[in-house]
Amino acid sequence: MRKTVAALALGLGASLLAGAAQAQATLTSIKQKGYIACGSNPGLAGFGVPDAQGRWAGLDVDFCRALSAAIFNDAGKVRFIPLSAKDRFTALQSGEVDILSRNTTWSMSRDTTLGLDFPAINFYDGQGFMVKKKLGVTSAKQLEGASVCTQQGTTTELNLADYFRANKLKYEVVAFASADETFKAYDSGRCDAFTTDASGLYAERLRASAPDDNIVLPEIISKEPLGPAVRQGDAQWSDVVRWTHYAMLNAEEAGITQGNADQMLKTSDNPDVKRILGTEGKYGADLGLTGDWAYRIIKLVGNYGEVFEKNVGQGSPLKIQRGLNALWSKGGLQYGPPIR
Amino acid sequence: MTAGPQTLPLSFVRRDAVPPAPAPALVSGPLAWLRANLFSSPGNAALTLIALAIVVLVAPPLLRFLVVDAVWSGQNRDACRPEVVGHPVGACWAFVADKINYFVYGSYPIEERWRPNVFFALMALGVGWLLWLDAPRRDLGAAYFFVAFPVASFVLLSGVPALGLAKVPTSLWGGMLVTLVVSLVGIVASLPLGILLALGRRSRLPIVRLFCVIFIEFWRGVPLITVLFMANVMLPLFLPGDVSVDRLVRPLVGIALFSAAYMAEVVRGGLQAIPRGQAEGAMSLGLSPWHRMRLVILPQALRIVIPGIVNSFISLFKDTSLVSIVGIFDFIRTIESARVDPAWAAPTVVMTGYAFAALFYFVFCFGMSRYALFVERRLASGQKR
Repeated sequence: MRKTVAALALGLGASLLAGAAQAQATLTSIKQKGYIACGSNPGLAGFGVPDAQGRWAGLDVDFCRALSAAIFNDAGKVRFIPLSAKDRFTALQSGEVDILSRNTTWSMSRDTTLGLDFPAINFYDGQGFMVKKKLGVTSAKQLEGASVCTQQGTTTELNLADYFRANKLKYEVVAFASADETFKAYDSGRCDAFTTDASGLYAERLRASAPDDNIVLPEIISKEPLGPAVRQGDAQWSDVVRWTHYAMLNAEEAGITQGNADQMLKTSDNPDVKRILGTEGKYGADLGLTGDWAYRIIKLVGNYGEVFEKNVGQGSPLKIQRGLNALWSKGGLQYGPPIR
Repeated sequence: MTAGPQTLPLSFVRRDAVPPAPAPALVSGPLAWLRANLFSSPGNAALTLIALAIVVLVAPPLLRFLVVDAVWSGQNRDACRPEVVGHPVGACWAFVADKINYFVYGSYPIEERWRPNVFFALMALGVGWLLWLDAPRRDLGAAYFFVAFPVASFVLLSGVPALGLAKVPTSLWGGMLVTLVVSLVGIVASLPLGILLALGRRSRLPIVRLFCVIFIEFWRGVPLITVLFMANVMLPLFLPGDVSVDRLVRPLVGIALFSAAYMAEVVRGGLQAIPRGQAEGAMSLGLSPWHRMRLVILPQALRIVIPGIVNSFISLFKDTSLVSIVGIFDFIRTIESARVDPAWAAPTVVMTGYAFAALFYFVFCFGMSRYALFVERRLASGQKR
């Protein structure tokens, strides 16, 4: 029943607001009201979490700051509206937020039925396993006969079943209602392995009674491409979001960092760098922004690598490896089309 | 006792009183108290022993967790990790200490936090004025609490640029501030509204009565969660794109109307308990309908339903935590999001957060219920049975 109502509401919203969204271009309305309404995660370690003073920090949060930097030359003109998994799509459809930047998985049904666009993927996530070091297991394929702690009624549980069946491994599911309970059970030795999205595994590991006694196995058994979402039908805003991400990737590839951006601006003769920083060409203007849009992003927020390391990588307690999120030139999937 | 030489040996008259002996141990004293109160019958003795066993089982580990093994200060998660500090770690109060500003103000801008502080002070003044029964000018106090205070709070918290107070969007409000704002709005709006609805439901005018009945039955017929979802998820879909009602105001209105409906039924219960003779007596004194209600009926009716009213307030106060599911950062939501902070990821942080929340809610709810008991006793002193 609840599903039907939700589907009805979403469908209704999608059809009602397809028209409303086109009425005024998002970028114009953002410039008018003077801030970006950014639908954020109410609390996910490394992606969007408030610090002791209530300032938001995280990879997804910084993405909205990058947009704000590109548009306003000020990373602070963002209003974060924390959205639960349930109300995130309606909030976007109804125009309450301009962008959803809260680790939303890009899937076909979401793309095609909800009236949304996913302009970019800013984090390649996927389901992984954590085991106790003393088991001596180094690969998920060795988990024959293991008991696995997981959360009830999630796609995690289904992926787990698929994976073990495909690999003809026997296993025992120990399912719990909440994420907290699930991890507590694993930590107290109730099961051999614990499974959830890889980004979550690193966050949970910190809470273990002895974090260093646990390892995350290299296998990723599902695809969870996470990225910002915008309303369908506003190509300009979609482009701004997409190229904000690509600008951060290109900056990392060209070696432009928050620290050396000013110096690069003055001294670099590299045409790639000049195009990114806006001293050559007028790519920003075609986007509806200023020529130095990408320079502002890098100067005020940082390139992708910097933002990644600061929030979820080596500069944070999470210490997530770049893995799939490394640049294409370093064996990862993050590939920024050229700015030219 | 010394007998003089002149005293006759045969006459023995006691001249001094016998010093009082203590009462037998089984009639007074701690033993007797135990016997009378805890072991008066085999059933009671069994219950006492069971209760004692529970206390013995629960209290030491609880005390150990909350006090003995607790960590009181520290900069980050290392302070609360047993393998780092080298002894078992109970509650991680250092986490609460580090995040306390966030728990109180949410994301309210740091340089503007004096505004919530003034709001807390104004609230304490208003509540104190109304609750202290012998306070001077309590009529002024009521006017302050129900009119001046809400206006002042709105100006303070939300900000009016014309007065030099920068606007603070409600998306930045959070923590205890939001919990108190939501419950105060609920309490301040629901009591007068509830009284009006209760009177309306007993009115002889059919339209007024019908309206009140429909209103009350509608709001009592839907769960609060549905109201909140309706307010924050569905409502924006029905409004035109350029009209937007604030994200905090929507659930506020929902909660106020919801609790008003419940309040109306509580008050109606009191009105029905007043015998008809009271109204007739007032009529025979020549009082107008308004005066009859205000001076005779309502004071008696409201006194009867004090337990019911306070019950509603307490459940309203606790229900405010439901706003967290629609993305409002109330107190419980701030704890939920602070506990995932990787800088404070330690085994006992989650439990500490919830223990702190329990303490907060308990202090407020227990306070309300004790105060209500006190008022009830005092108002009913004429009718002690």
